[in-house]
Amino acid sequence: MTQALIYSTGGLIVFGIGFYGVVIAAHILQKVLAVNVMSIGVFLVLMATARLPEGPPDPVPHAMVLTGIVVAVAASAIALWLICRIQVLGNTGDDPH
Amino acid sequence: MFRDISLYSTKPHPVARAFFGLATLAMTSVLIAVFLTTEQAEPTLRSMVQGAMSTSGVENPVTAVLLNFRGYDTLLEVAVLMIVATAMLPPAAPGPITRSLPAMTVDPMLAGIVRWLVPMAIITSGYLLWIGAFSPGGAFQAGSILAAAGILMLVAGHHEFSFNSIGARALLVLGLGTFLLVAIGVAMATGVMLQYPIARAAALILVIESAATISIGLSLLMFYGSVARLTVARSER
Amino acid sequence: MIELGFDVLLVAVIVLVSWLTLMGAHLLRSIVLFICLGLFVTVAWVRLGGIDVAIAEAAIGAGITGAILLAALRQLQNEPTDHSRGKTDKDGQDVS
Repeated sequence: MTQALIYSTGGLIVFGIGFYGVVIAAHILQKVLAVNVMSIGVFLVLMATARLPEGPPDPVPHAMVLTGIVVAVAASAIALWLICRIQVLGNTGDDPH
Repeated sequence: MFRDISLYSTKPHPVARAFFGLATLAMTSVLIAVFLTTEQAEPTLRSMVQGAMSTSGVENPVTAVLLNFRGYDTLLEVAVLMIVATAMLPPAAPGPITRSLPAMTVDPMLAGIVRWLVPMAIITSGYLLWIGAFSPGGAFQAGSILAAAGILMLVAGHHEFSFNSIGARALLVLGLGTFLLVAIGVAMATGVMLQYPIARAAALILVIESAATISIGLSLLMFYGSVARLTVARSER
Repeated sequence: MIELGFDVLLVAVIVLVSWLTLMGAHLLRSIVLFICLGLFVTVAWVRLGGIDVAIAEAAIGAGITGAILLAALRQLQNEPTDHSRGKTDKDGQDVS
């Protein structure tokens, strides 16, 4: 069992958990959390396979994961903002602005 | 139209839940099996990157890949940040980019922490930005530390930021604008977009990263400010 | 050998915390567990040799995402009483 194998298997399990959570979760905030958990699983697999048997790790998957983290925070932010907007519009019935 | 949307959904029926759980288990097992049976590919990417490092202008391979070899992806990523920031812009409120408020209900511990941590955060961010060429670091890390300092200031309540002012909009656009200017400028020099001339690569990367740090920091701070709606709430006073 | 044992333990903890994050009914607990998950994953990135990714994950993935999630939770929990859309202070009293 190499290190890459341990982390990528864990990453795939985390991906499965996140996928299950997207459908099962009761509150929509937990669904946003589940999508983020799925992306963490994918990053685990990417980084685990970047680990090479000898020498420094492969830098290209590292760059991909960095880009992925930033895009994930942007997507989560817009999703949460939309959720808050829906809540506001649903309560007052019209745009307060 | 939005009155019927409920943010709480009922949990699915237990049978459906069990069925979907089994399906997820099956999918995960298939993924793991496929992963375990594929062979490790030849590490050609790493040797290609290491072979080209002398032409990249920096010593950190991740920074070289991010800003030089795959600079187009980073350009698109900064564009994504700017698009999301534009979508979340608060309504137009007059005033300068920051404004000091008299402290009303501010925790003294929080005020003290802000006084110490924000200058340290700015210095740390500048250090990470500079050291990104030689060691782990870079624009995204530095920008996120700036955003964290800004979030502390927002939470402490001493300052408010107006993200829709001219200054804020200029700083939001600064990162993508600089990146595009450099990309098109070097195209006029070397003929290919985003192909830095080797002698100038280090300086160009530093310029792009500095502008991107400010933009990324402000964008991330604006994500928090818009969701917390501190800007809107304060502008209605 | 010890290092592999540490890796197995870390992966087991990551899987467990990601399960607990999504299977609770309490929203605040889910968000706090998500921030913890981000920090465990940061340690995993360090173990895998990606220091840049570790710094970015700790600051952005755990820090910024956690702060935005907590702000959204506060908005969602305050909203039914927040008709004037004023700000509430730390004790939850409406100061608009």
